[in-house]
Amino acid sequence: MTLPFYVSPEQMMKDRADFARKNIARGRPLVAATYSDGILLCAENPSSRLRKISEIYDRIAFAGVGKYNEFDQLRIAGIRAADLRGYAYSREDVDARSLANNYAQILGQIFTHEPKPMEVEILVAEVGSVPEEDRLFHLLYDGTVIDEGPFSVLGGEVDAIAERLRERYVEGDDERSVLRHATAALAGPERSLDAGDLEVAVLGRRDSRRAFRRLDKAALASLLA
Amino acid sequence: MTFPLYRPGDDPGPDFAELLRRIGATPVDPGQPVPEVTHGTTVVALRYADGVIMAGDRRATSGNLISHRTMEKVFPADRHSGVAIAGAAGPAVEMVQLFQLQLEHYEKIEGVELSLEGKANQLSLMVRNNLPAAMQGLMVVPLFAGYDLRRRVGRLFQYDITGGRYEESDFAATGSGRLHAGTVVKLGYRDGIERGEALDLAISALFQAADEDSATGGPDLVRGIYPMMATITAEGFDRIEEDEVAERFRRLVDRLSTPESTTSIGTAPTMDGRFGS
Repeated sequence: MTLPFYVSPEQMMKDRADFARKNIARGRPLVAATYSDGILLCAENPSSRLRKISEIYDRIAFAGVGKYNEFDQLRIAGIRAADLRGYAYSREDVDARSLANNYAQILGQIFTHEPKPMEVEILVAEVGSVPEEDRLFHLLYDGTVIDEGPFSVLGGEVDAIAERLRERYVEGDDERSVLRHATAALAGPERSLDAGDLEVAVLGRRDSRRAFRRLDKAALASLLA
Repeated sequence: MTFPLYRPGDDPGPDFAELLRRIGATPVDPGQPVPEVTHGTTVVALRYADGVIMAGDRRATSGNLISHRTMEKVFPADRHSGVAIAGAAGPAVEMVQLFQLQLEHYEKIEGVELSLEGKANQLSLMVRNNLPAAMQGLMVVPLFAGYDLRRRVGRLFQYDITGGRYEESDFAATGSGRLHAGTVVKLGYRDGIERGEALDLAISALFQAADEDSATGGPDLVRGIYPMMATITAEGFDRIEEDEVAERFRRLVDRLSTPESTTSIGTAPTMDGRFGS
C-alpha cells in the first residue's frame, strides 16, 4: 500500500486559491454600481449570446466572471432556488442575502472538498426602493462573501479598476453618467470600449415587478455617445 | 430546502414542473371523488383586429350556493399571453400560478422566451397531468390566448380535460355558460372586428350566459362588480379599466331595457300575452 505524500492544509489551500485566482484574473472584468434609479451591471463581453449577467428574480440579478460553464451552473441554480422559494412562500420572501448565503455554502464546500475549486467570482445584486436598500454581495471562489457598496468590481485587475471608478463615481449619478464611469474604469487610460464590447443590464428601482432590463447595443451606443 | 445545484447528466433543464417533482412536490391525485368544491364558471376569448380579447365573469359557486363574487379568472401568463380558467377553483388557480412560473423560469434560464406554440403546449401538459384529479371531479379547463410576436397575429387555444389542445381561429368559450356565451359571440362575430365592438360582443356574451346559467355571474350593479376583461396585443397584456367595462355594461343594459328591444329580457310575459290563455 502506498501512502499519499503529506501536504499541509496551509499549502493545499494556498495552492487552490492561487489556481482559482490566476484563472479568474485571466478573464475580462465586470463592474456593478448603484445609481439614482437602480443598479447598473456592466461587463466587458464581446459576445451577445454567452452572457455574464442575468436575471434571477423580480429585483435580483446575477453576474459572474471566470469559467463560463461554472458560473452559468451557479446562475441556473440561483434561478431555481429563487423560483422554488417564491413558489413555496411568497415573492416577497425571496432576497439576495439568503441566496448569497446559499452560494457561499456551495462555493466553500467545493473549494475544500472537490478536486479543484470553482474558477469563478460572482455577484448577487438586489435593488431596493431607496439607494440605501441596494445590496451588492460579492462572492469569491472559496465562498467568502463581501457585502459591498456602492459599487463592486469582479475579475482581474480589481484594485486598479476600483481605484479608477472611485475617482469618478458620485453618489446619485444618473444612468448615463454611471455607465460612462463604469466603462471608463473598465477600459483604463490606454484604450476605450464601445457598445459592441459591452454587456450591460440594469435593475430599475421604479420598474414594475420584474426590475431586470438589458440595454441593447443601440441603447448603449446612444448613452455612450 | 437544499440548494438546487445539479450535475450535468442529472439536470432538469428549464422545466419548473420537473424541478418540483425532483424535490418531491407532485400533483395531487385525490384517489376518490371529491365532495363539492368551489367552481369558477364562464370565460370567453375572441380575436380582433389588434390581437385577442379575454373576458370572464366573477362568480364562483359551490353547488347551488355562490361562494365568491369577485373571483378573477383571467390572468396574464406573461407579457404577451393570458390564460383564463373555468372549473375547480383551487386546482385552476394553482395551475395558472405554476404556468406563469414555468414561462418565467424558462425565459430566465434559457435567456429567450418560449414561442407561443411552446407555451400552449406547456399548458396542455399541465392539463393532462391534472387528468386523474379531473376524473374525481377536480376539472380544470383553461383558455390560452396570446399575441404571436413571430407571426404578428393574435392566437387562441382551448383545451379539454385530457390536455387536448385545439387552436381556434375566431373565438372560444369554456365553463358552465360556454354554450350561451359562445353562441352570442358566434352570431356577432366577423373577421377583423374592431376593439370597441369586440369588447361589446364579449360583454354581451357574458351577460347572456349569466341570464341563462345560474352559475355565471352578470354585472353586479349593487356592489359595482363587473366581469374582468383584458386585451393582448403587440404591446402586451392589458387589463381593461373597470370604469370602461362598467360603462359598456350600462349601455348594454340600457339598450336591452328599451321597449323596442326584441330580447326576452325586458318585461315578463303576462297570462294573456305570448303564452296564450
